[in-house]
Amino acid sequence: MTDLLAVEPLEAKTPLGPLFWACVAWLSLNVLAAILANLLPLQDPLFQNYSALNAGPSLHHLLGTDDLGRDIFSRIVFGSRISILVGIGAMFIGFGIGAPLGMLTAYRRGKFDHIVTTMMYVLLAFPAIIAVIAVLSFWTPRSILKIIIVIGAASIPLVYRVVRAASLSVATRDFVTAAKVQGASSLRILLREILPNITPIMVSFLLIGIASVVTLEGALAFLGLSVNPPTPSWGNMINESRTVLAQNPWLVLFPSLALCLFLLSLNFIGDRLRTYFDVSEVKL
Amino acid sequence: MIKYVARRVALLIGISFVISIGSFYLIHLLPGDPAVFILGTNDSPANRAILFKQLGLDRSIVTQYLIWIGHVLHGNLGISFISHNSVVSTIKAALPIDLEMIFLSQIVAFASAVPLAMRSARKPDGWLDRVLGAGSFTLLSVPPFIIIVLLVLFVSIKLGVANTGPASFVPLSQNFLVNLESLVLPSFTLSVGSFVVYYRVLRSDLIATLQEEFITMARSKGISARRIMWRHAFRPSSVALLGTAGVNIGGLLASGFVVQYLLAIPGLGYTLISAIDTSDYLLVQGIVLVVSVGVVFINFVFDFIINIVDPRISRE
Repeated sequence: MTDLLAVEPLEAKTPLGPLFWACVAWLSLNVLAAILANLLPLQDPLFQNYSALNAGPSLHHLLGTDDLGRDIFSRIVFGSRISILVGIGAMFIGFGIGAPLGMLTAYRRGKFDHIVTTMMYVLLAFPAIIAVIAVLSFWTPRSILKIIIVIGAASIPLVYRVVRAASLSVATRDFVTAAKVQGASSLRILLREILPNITPIMVSFLLIGIASVVTLEGALAFLGLSVNPPTPSWGNMINESRTVLAQNPWLVLFPSLALCLFLLSLNFIGDRLRTYFDVSEVKL
Repeated sequence: MIKYVARRVALLIGISFVISIGSFYLIHLLPGDPAVFILGTNDSPANRAILFKQLGLDRSIVTQYLIWIGHVLHGNLGISFISHNSVVSTIKAALPIDLEMIFLSQIVAFASAVPLAMRSARKPDGWLDRVLGAGSFTLLSVPPFIIIVLLVLFVSIKLGVANTGPASFVPLSQNFLVNLESLVLPSFTLSVGSFVVYYRVLRSDLIATLQEEFITMARSKGISARRIMWRHAFRPSSVALLGTAGVNIGGLLASGFVVQYLLAIPGLGYTLISAIDTSDYLLVQGIVLVVSVGVVFINFVFDFIINIVDPRISRE
């Protein structure tokens, strides 16, 4: 995913456009619904209505019910909590450790930079998803916290690489030298000179990073390696649908749609922001 | 060049060493006595003795690693106490299926991405470029596990195409044609993700290359647009493509896991997930080790190919 960051040609600064704001609105709606799920007039996502098994969409069950008679709409809303929580949590860890480290090594350079960067490249060569599956399969019993920790740790080298590359191009510029000459402390330079200049690229990478983490969590849930049923998540709903595909296609279509729209919004906003900020501060 | 390759080989060995430590340490992540978990229901004094001999569980952790890596280097990953098969033979049976799936998917991905990227690059912002740009961006947000489920729903179930649904896999050695049929959906699913990435990377590189002076030169000599694309622009634009392809292989294995899991295709992914479900920890450890080293090795090979395509890289 980082490889995609560098490939788009830079465009002139154009307005963000209505599609961008539509994506922002959709994401906000998703997040709001996830936070307020308990307060919204939703049916219990675990309640099994045996008189409506595999029912199609109706007024009573907006998106229909699954093979156990549970309301799909309500399960999608509650399921989004897992995706959003894992996405934000893992990126919190990844950025919390990867970003300061990347800024510091880019600013300091020298031996410390060399050692850390080599180490990170060795870690990057390790296929992250296999490492994540491996650790989660041994580190039992699985919980959402462990999933966040494992995916977050796996994302550190990626974040480090992006932040270091961005900081590197800022750290050599004149205003940083000027600040140094004025006697500013390293901490001040890092926080006041470098950080504001790499914020745009960090934000866009953060959004695309969350999308990748949500995809990964979905795949893990699909393989049965994420949160345990009956707790709904988008991935395990799609997993559960595979045994009743013929009888109840709604059970796979709606969670898939929810997940894809969520990912599309994140990717689109991230991509738009990147071209909007022109990454000029970084690319110079 | 030799110096560059030597440095790369050293790095490869270093990374494999780190991976071996990681894979070795996995069984110590199990809460409590690893022997209890590994032996499962077969926990008897006799089996315990075999396991302790195999893994040296009663020794210090460094000695354990040395014993384990000694066995690994002799091609011995242990014998599963769940299925009673040797881990190496299980992996040998499963791996060709993954390789076949990846091979097929890459043929489809390259065969579609390269010509389409060339078409797009010839007229940036033309209708084809716009459609493919929006389409490939949208596909970036559709994970492989959704693609395969939807394909199974529409192709195998709604359209009723034979030999494409779950559990319809036939080994290559048994029936070539049916084997291909049963791998159409999985390979297509894997190819979608690769296509998107290859197309986008190659397109933007081609657009950049086509601005170069030697292309203008070639044009002014009256060389056909087609020949310019293939003979002059493609090679300098393919470095990033090859790099992406190398990195992409690791992702392909992972998407392969998902696809195999759904369709019950007995490749490494399906074997891995079944092993996790039956708590066959030695098998999980073996697969993790083999797959990780394999991915790193493939990256190494692609690095090497990139060097042949663009020798300037090793001179830096």
